[in-house]
Amino acid sequence: MAFTTTVKRSVVGGVALALAGLGISASLAQDEESGRTNLPSIEGEKLLTRLKSPQGHPLKWVVSGFEFRTRDTQALQLDDFSNPAFLWVERGEEAWSTAEGEAGKSCESCHGDVEDSMKGVRAKMPKWSTDKNRPMPLEDKINQCRKERMGAEPWKWESDQMLGMTALIGLQSRGMPVNVNLEAGDMMAWWERGQKLYYTRMGQLDLACANCHEDNNGKYIRADLLSQGQTNGFPTYRLKWQKLGSLHRRFKGCMDQVRAKAYKRGSDEFVALEVYTAWRGSGLSVETPAVRQ
Amino acid sequence: MAKSKPRVKVPKKAKAGEVITIKTLISHTMESGQRKGKDGKPIPRKIINTFTCEFNGQKVFETNLEPAISANPYFEFNMKVPESGTFVFTWVDDDGSVYTKEEEISVE
Repeated sequence: MAFTTTVKRSVVGGVALALAGLGISASLAQDEESGRTNLPSIEGEKLLTRLKSPQGHPLKWVVSGFEFRTRDTQALQLDDFSNPAFLWVERGEEAWSTAEGEAGKSCESCHGDVEDSMKGVRAKMPKWSTDKNRPMPLEDKINQCRKERMGAEPWKWESDQMLGMTALIGLQSRGMPVNVNLEAGDMMAWWERGQKLYYTRMGQLDLACANCHEDNNGKYIRADLLSQGQTNGFPTYRLKWQKLGSLHRRFKGCMDQVRAKAYKRGSDEFVALEVYTAWRGSGLSVETPAVRQ
Repeated sequence: MAKSKPRVKVPKKAKAGEVITIKTLISHTMESGQRKGKDGKPIPRKIINTFTCEFNGQKVFETNLEPAISANPYFEFNMKVPESGTFVFTWVDDDGSVYTKEEEISVE
């Protein structure tokens, strides 16, 4: 396994460099999992961006995409003011208390203060829904509320309204560990379907997710440093997109890049992949809304 | 995004003569005018072309923006504050819209 060792070493090197450069205030709290000091923090909240994998996990270390980015990009994320995703969060806050639809209700009418009611919600996504008999990503949950409780038009998956709301709700879980419940309902079947997709080569380039994100993370693919493809920061402000984007947009982007015909946002395939990839990042802090390259 | 919305961060309080940091961010697509739409026609240029900051009526910061600047432009600058007063931040759009935001500071 000489190969794995190389990958790991280069990741560790990157971490040390990135942290040294960031000059994060000397907090002496030690990360038990990795024995590392000086965890990155936002507004005093620490982020666990790297931890030792549990047994049976395909990776040795679970590392957030944060660690693979440059100092500058990291700095954008570590300051809520400079993080452009907060433009969407503010829109989400407005939408939260705006009544819409036939029922004349807003999110706030039922859920109250977003900071209390939505705490921890993002960390458990996607979550099994007994009435729909499938796992539901946050976007589906929001539209279910809009259709069934508010009598309002559902939002499009990649609309600014939807991104604002998923960012606002996700933000309430920032710093909490990703923890998908695979025991509920038929989640394991979806996890297996997602796993199968993750390891299936596709497209003209004949690549599976695993070829880049498991076998080669920490290495460059042309000018871009490959991450583990963790999902803990979504929706994410991507500098390339110059806007906030959903996880399914990122999935689609990867599939386009290997020249495969991408599934649709919200499709069963992407939901299954979301279940599986969320599980791969279990224990990482939610970083929503993260900033990436 | 539909409407541009500015965000500004100015400390609420400062000591006389202290150097403070001001941060500003505005949501804007900064359409360069170089891109083509799905119909093959160029998308007209629409950027924020000027950003200024005034303190008690006096201009303290001004910059012109060019089409290569990314969406949601962010500015951060330092300034020595002599007295209490009001900052007025102004962004001028190509389409003639002007977005402004005011912030107070009290200097002891």
